[in-house]
Amino acid sequence: MSDARLSITTRDVKLWYGKFQALKGINVDIKHGKITSLIGPSGCGKTTLLRCFNRVNERYGNVTTTGEIKLLGKNIYDPDVSLIELRKAVGMVFQRPNPLPLSIYENVVFGLRIHAEKSLSRGDLDDAVEKALTETGLWSDLKDRLNDRAINLQLEQQQKLCIARLLPLKPEIILMDEPCSALDVDGTRAIEELMWSLAGRYTIVIVTHNMAQARRASDETIFMLLGELIEHARTEDLFLTPRDSRTSEYIEGRYG
Amino acid sequence: MTGSRSTLSIYGEKAIELLIRLCGVSAIIFVFAIFFFVFREGAPILASKDFSLGKFLTSTEWYPTSMSNVRFGTLALLAGTLSVTGVAMLIAVPFGLGAAIFVSEFCTGKVREILKIVIELLAAIPSIVWGFIGLTVMNPIIQNLFHVPVGLNVLNAAILLALMSIPVMVSIGEDALKAVPDSYREGALALGATRWQIIWRVLLPAAKNGLLAAVLLGVGRAVGETMAVLMATGHAVQIPHSIFDSCRTLTATIAAELGETREHSPHYQVLFLIGILLFTITFIVNLIADFVVKGVRKK
Repeated sequence: MSDARLSITTRDVKLWYGKFQALKGINVDIKHGKITSLIGPSGCGKTTLLRCFNRVNERYGNVTTTGEIKLLGKNIYDPDVSLIELRKAVGMVFQRPNPLPLSIYENVVFGLRIHAEKSLSRGDLDDAVEKALTETGLWSDLKDRLNDRAINLQLEQQQKLCIARLLPLKPEIILMDEPCSALDVDGTRAIEELMWSLAGRYTIVIVTHNMAQARRASDETIFMLLGELIEHARTEDLFLTPRDSRTSEYIEGRYG
Repeated sequence: MTGSRSTLSIYGEKAIELLIRLCGVSAIIFVFAIFFFVFREGAPILASKDFSLGKFLTSTEWYPTSMSNVRFGTLALLAGTLSVTGVAMLIAVPFGLGAAIFVSEFCTGKVREILKIVIELLAAIPSIVWGFIGLTVMNPIIQNLFHVPVGLNVLNAAILLALMSIPVMVSIGEDALKAVPDSYREGALALGATRWQIIWRVLLPAAKNGLLAAVLLGVGRAVGETMAVLMATGHAVQIPHSIFDSCRTLTATIAAELGETREHSPHYQVLFLIGILLFTITFIVNLIADFVVKGVRKK
């Protein structure tokens, strides 16, 4: 696997919220087209790390980040980086489904509209909607009510829609922050199946509290603890033969 | 059984319950009482054969104290009220909603707290003081700036009304924007939206009902305002043809003339009828605001 293309590489990433240090020098290589899960107990910094990759951490003002995060060969903390372009290339799915208070149709084309330099033809938009909804398995259910408000959908459909709205922008990477924590068993299964169908074309990084989910729904797993990366390995290796004792104790459920 | 309570405490509780009930109902009683009183004073004129409701609403001739030919036409006054309110809203809506967006979306920490306090201070200035400002400060400024003979006109009053209704718009508007879940902002931000795109495409549509309610409350404030407009409009009975024309409003007419009339004279009754007209206007505005706000909850 050594020749696999890398989507994200970080070198010595440290992050402070005010005076509190949340990340203590993270070095990680995340492979292109794979599903990589981030696990660890609450407060270990996994969500913080995820939110570094599209720099949404910074909206809270008192955040300091040092080190280097290379996405597609470019350090995203360089001063000439456009956050708008970065976030176009790195989509994000949140814990609670958060479709915008618009119609289903407008949710899917929202990204296209905000990034468009000139107005888009109705035909192009229609195509994008059909393609994105087909890819996420929503098309047959929703095609007759595209103008309904998205926030009235079932939670599972809302979360799928939140994934669908990323696709028209052709992102390189999709970040998922505990995407199933608001969903029931069926919803969780549906999202995991969707993740597998998207993997390959997109690099997926998923933060999860649920170790079983990391185990069944990711290629590689990263275990973090107190702002440090403890272990990064193929998922089956990490769960079957963890190298670090802290990892094995965590996956055995001794703490966390 | 844990021992029965004393009769006193049972009755005490009942009494308090009754008191609270009374407080709740009193608001309704007061509104109806005011309604009844104003109608009782104003309605008899409708039956008088010298008075025509059509003329009242459509004539611009307001000569309530004429010896030979008394005429009660309120169209010019209504036009005065509507034009002053309209121009005031043209000024207040962009500034008020702009300030609401600024306070809610761009300010943090100290700046926000200070701004909110200052804006609320604006609401605390008594309207007579605004009238002073109109008369002594704005008047010469408007005269010099626009080279018009009279500075007491629609523009002057509208600026004052705008300043008076902005605070309520800002605070209600800010509440409406604050009520938009943060997850919408974050979702749009993560898609690469700029701040303005988030505001235009997400926040304003999401908060539109609350913002509309804020504007309508401002309108209600502006329609009902009396003292400041009495002093700043020039108090001339005419339909204004430009913002530099003087005019007179319904409210100012009542304030200026009611003290001079004999009780239950036709003039007195007509002034009350104007009160009913005002009541109707503000009632309609409030009703619209109410339906708009209800619309939020249904969706």
